[in-house]
Amino acid sequence: MLNYLISGISLGSVYAIIALGYTMVYGIAKMLNFAHGDVIMVGGYAAFCAGTYFGWPAPVAVVFSMCICTILGILIEKLAYKPLRNATSLAVLITAIGVSYFLQNMALIIWTSNPKAFPNMANFIPSIIVGDITISSTTIITIIASVIIMIALTLFTSKTKMGKAMRAVSEDKGAAQLMGINVNATISTTFAIGSGLAAIAGVLLCSAYPNLVPTTGSMPGIKAFTAAVLGGIGSIPGAMLGGILLGVLEKFAQAYISTQLSDAIVFAALIIVLIVKPSGLLGKKIQEKV
Amino acid sequence: MAKTLLKVEDLNVYYGSIHAIKGISFEVNEGEIVTLIGANGAGKSTSLNTVAGLLKPKTGSIVFKDKNLVGIPAHKIVKQGMALCPEGRRVFLQLSVKENLEMGAYTRPGREVADSIEMVYDLFPRLKERYKQVAGTLSGGEQQMLAMGRALMSKPELMMLDEPSMGLAPILVDQIFDIIKNLHAHGTTILLVEQNARKALAIADRAYVLETGKIVNSGSGKELLSDDSVKKAYLGG
Repeated sequence: MLNYLISGISLGSVYAIIALGYTMVYGIAKMLNFAHGDVIMVGGYAAFCAGTYFGWPAPVAVVFSMCICTILGILIEKLAYKPLRNATSLAVLITAIGVSYFLQNMALIIWTSNPKAFPNMANFIPSIIVGDITISSTTIITIIASVIIMIALTLFTSKTKMGKAMRAVSEDKGAAQLMGINVNATISTTFAIGSGLAAIAGVLLCSAYPNLVPTTGSMPGIKAFTAAVLGGIGSIPGAMLGGILLGVLEKFAQAYISTQLSDAIVFAALIIVLIVKPSGLLGKKIQEKV
Repeated sequence: MAKTLLKVEDLNVYYGSIHAIKGISFEVNEGEIVTLIGANGAGKSTSLNTVAGLLKPKTGSIVFKDKNLVGIPAHKIVKQGMALCPEGRRVFLQLSVKENLEMGAYTRPGREVADSIEMVYDLFPRLKERYKQVAGTLSGGEQQMLAMGRALMSKPELMMLDEPSMGLAPILVDQIFDIIKNLHAHGTTILLVEQNARKALAIADRAYVLETGKIVNSGSGKELLSDDSVKKAYLGG
């Protein structure tokens, strides 16, 4: 029971980090970046290459992977989404799906479909054993990382000038421009941050499930998107809560109900929450005076 | 003769295929209050939005402090020394009052911001009382004060105000006009767009009358207040 809870929280923490990326980009650019999951996959491969082919130590490999993903995120935004800034949201959504397949197929060409055995890069502290329960080092690192990231993002958006500018852009791009805020640069920064986080998520995900293939990112990407919606898309604590709830629910469903049905149960939970509270668990209430 | 601060010449602006501004020219001299009056859809807001860089003119020039602004993106125009307090206030509803003011000073170095915030609080004591509240919880009048305070945070030489009295109770309208006069007395040049033509003309040094994208009349505020056609069309006879 407790074992399932812990592995659920661990998986949920990875979802949470991915969901934070979704929520940041949605909150500021008002678009669903469906390629976000595939950036995770690229992050995994980048870290894999750095660690296995180049023989770099894990921390360097992680930083390398973050750099690659950050650049990738900025490029995707510049090349695919920026030209569509004034297009309908449907056009942007379809483009995002296109980018997702593009990344998967590029990975297929570069790394083939043969699974790569990902070296665990998140086991540099000892595991904790309490009675007959073992909390693996990867689990501990994953949970700590997600909490740190959530706190850092919250502080960033509430305290820094750039973070406040992001919130301003998210509300009213025109008014933000009148303040002297460079809207394009702000959106670019958002993509950079979201993609950098995706790299971390990629490393943590592959450390826990070391089977790296070009579609590694797609299912966790969709689950994390679900988590972001569940928690209230646009909300940072919401992404965190949604991610962890989803992870725990998935693990419990696998353990007590059915492995095959676990995904269906997870999405059913999403539907129920959205029926009861359409803005998600911690979704922002829009206050407007008339 | 005072120096010309803003000179707009032969400006043409389109929304898609709609010709919204048809070759208008006007100027604002240093230290003046200039107002654009006209009916809904005459092109008053479009003119201001074009000067602020939010809309791109098809032809024409916008010269501010001897520099042509056409083609400069909106976010770089604030730094030139002009601020637009937009129609409908457009404060950031989910940001606090203080954060809204900080955004107004986005282009200025961080160490100067605190002083400017104090200056705005002196002008609008209500904002000081509510500095922690998110702007969405403010009343309409307070939001207008916040929008004006936010525009002031960039220390503009030219302040453009788009319908500052819109939707406010008469007592608040008077208050807003007092504040505009006060800003002007402190040396800010003002370009004002108003539907409340009587009040706008009363405080304006000069005024232009817009009708369907063209300037049809201009003169000093006093002249236009007593002009028959203006009286008939905008001052209720």
